[in-house]
Amino acid sequence: MRGKVWKFGDNISTDLIAAGRFYHLRSNMPELAKHCLEDADPNFAPNAKPGDFVVGGRNFGLGSSREHAPITIKMVGAGAVLAQSFARIFYRNAVNVGLPVIECDTTQFDAGDQLDIDLAGGVIKDVTKGITVTFHPMEDAMRRILDDGGLVEHIKKHGDFAIS
Amino acid sequence: MGLTLAEKILSENLSREVHAGDFAVFNVNLCLLQDGTGPLAVRQFKKLGFEKVFDPKSVVLFLDHAAPSPKAELSNDHMLLREFARETGSVLSDVGDGICHQVMSQYYTSPGDILIGADSHTVTGGALAAFATGMGSTDVAVGMGLGKTWLKVPVTVRVQATGDMPLGVYSKDMILHIIGTLGADGATYKALEFGGDTIEKMSMPSRLVLANMAVEAGAKVGLIASDSTTQKYLEKYGRAAKYREIKPDADAAYESVFEIDSKTLVPLVACPHTVDNVKPASELKGTKVHQVFIGSCTNGRLEDLALAASMLRDKTRHGDTRLIIVPASRRVYMEAIEAGYIKTLLEAGALIQAPGCASCCGVHAGILGDGEVCLATTNRNFLARMGNPKSFVYLSSVATAAASAVTGEITDPREVL
Ligand code: SF4
Repeated sequence: MRGKVWKFGDNISTDLIAAGRFYHLRSNMPELAKHCLEDADPNFAPNAKPGDFVVGGRNFGLGSSREHAPITIKMVGAGAVLAQSFARIFYRNAVNVGLPVIECDTTQFDAGDQLDIDLAGGVIKDVTKGITVTFHPMEDAMRRILDDGGLVEHIKKHGDFAIS
Repeated sequence: MGLTLAEKILSENLSREVHAGDFAVFNVNLCLLQDGTGPLAVRQFKKLGFEKVFDPKSVVLFLDHAAPSPKAELSNDHMLLREFARETGSVLSDVGDGICHQVMSQYYTSPGDILIGADSHTVTGGALAAFATGMGSTDVAVGMGLGKTWLKVPVTVRVQATGDMPLGVYSKDMILHIIGTLGADGATYKALEFGGDTIEKMSMPSRLVLANMAVEAGAKVGLIASDSTTQKYLEKYGRAAKYREIKPDADAAYESVFEIDSKTLVPLVACPHTVDNVKPASELKGTKVHQVFIGSCTNGRLEDLALAASMLRDKTRHGDTRLIIVPASRRVYMEAIEAGYIKTLLEAGALIQAPGCASCCGVHAGILGDGEVCLATTNRNFLARMGNPKSFVYLSSVATAAASAVTGEITDPREVL
């Protein structure tokens, strides 16, 4: 995966990703996606290119259980979300909708850097800076769901959970 | 080594012992959806090819976040959920019945249950010794279809609270103290287990506050052992037969123990824009408040309305401060009317809204203007949470909120009690 960094800070809540004032757009995902992360960076949704990366700090995705948060990030085109740590429900939701989430040291990446990510190998190359950051691959159970393309596909394929 | 409360409930569900770190697929006892997450869950349910829910009386759909609906799009979402309830026989809790977590705790959640809800504050049910946890729409859609979910058994942080809380200090202050100390991600992926004599003496409504906000420290569940208080609570709602004693083993293996000397707690306030940005109410004196909101699944219960009424009796709200009060459920509303609280609150200048989430999540019913400050008894103060990214939300107990409604600025309730 290769793309550009969109940099965000610590504690990016689901209220920043998919705000309550757009609640009425939750059954109109293409419209809702236009407002993705609007209050954190209004340039993100209109300008992100397919394959770009959302890069946060600590506790990315805290707050509500709205799955619309990772779905709209995916719809904007992000190839993955990278953060130092994730809130639990966001992480699980991202896997369920087939959006890769990577827990790693994001402090060295800056907005606009080009990253080259080997998801299975656990290696991120910052092509702009010429540095490499490694990360632990995700737990097996979730990896299986992500590899199937998300939870709907996982259950359709196996008829049940097949996480071990 | 003995089992924590989380390990106990999960082991019973599987009829074999599991420990922190284990992954397993569990039988789900209850599923909850609300009007924000429900429509997506219904669409995923259909995409998955399910036609029936695993047990119609165990799937509860709530129209509470936009109740009554302020927009046609949301009315259409409500129609979709009503239709799904009709098709599948699932339980519908319609506009005006109340907030999902309050109604669940009154009529559905029981000790030992595994409850998965497409709402992060599903953790509220932990006060009844249920393994209640928030998930997204797709996870709950699968839960509704298969009656199953996967979980990693969490490690547990034991919160051990001893001693009596001082006058003017409530469980809301205790949980703000915990979140302020642990941080907004201090318990991520973990269980919080609340115990000690302070908790044992606490009413169920106050316990529900602790469990409700466990997620604000990142926790997966916030659990409290069941006891005679749990039993009486279930009896009140005609569910005495659902009582079971479930408690952790004395030699349970905790990841850590967080000790609280309850008599040293003071009224606290979470400042914008994170819940862990906690300061004593006394230090915020002089902070002007344009709106006070008393309600939500955190603090909209009868006990809360009783406290607000006792503090606002023969007083009036400050002329520059709106006072919005919302009972958490229809039952709470009726009991508050019978007890005379609603009249007292109206006389003090309060605006009472229909049971539901109301101002809490920024959809309708009390959206702030640019630069305005709200002091709310809710659980989240994130930027844009209450509908306007240019406003500021502070969180406190009902006592602090009521005292501040009278003075028009953030006020330590001990000054007026
Ligand atoms: S009252 Fe607020 S926190 Fe509780 S369920 Fe409703 S929106 Fe969520």
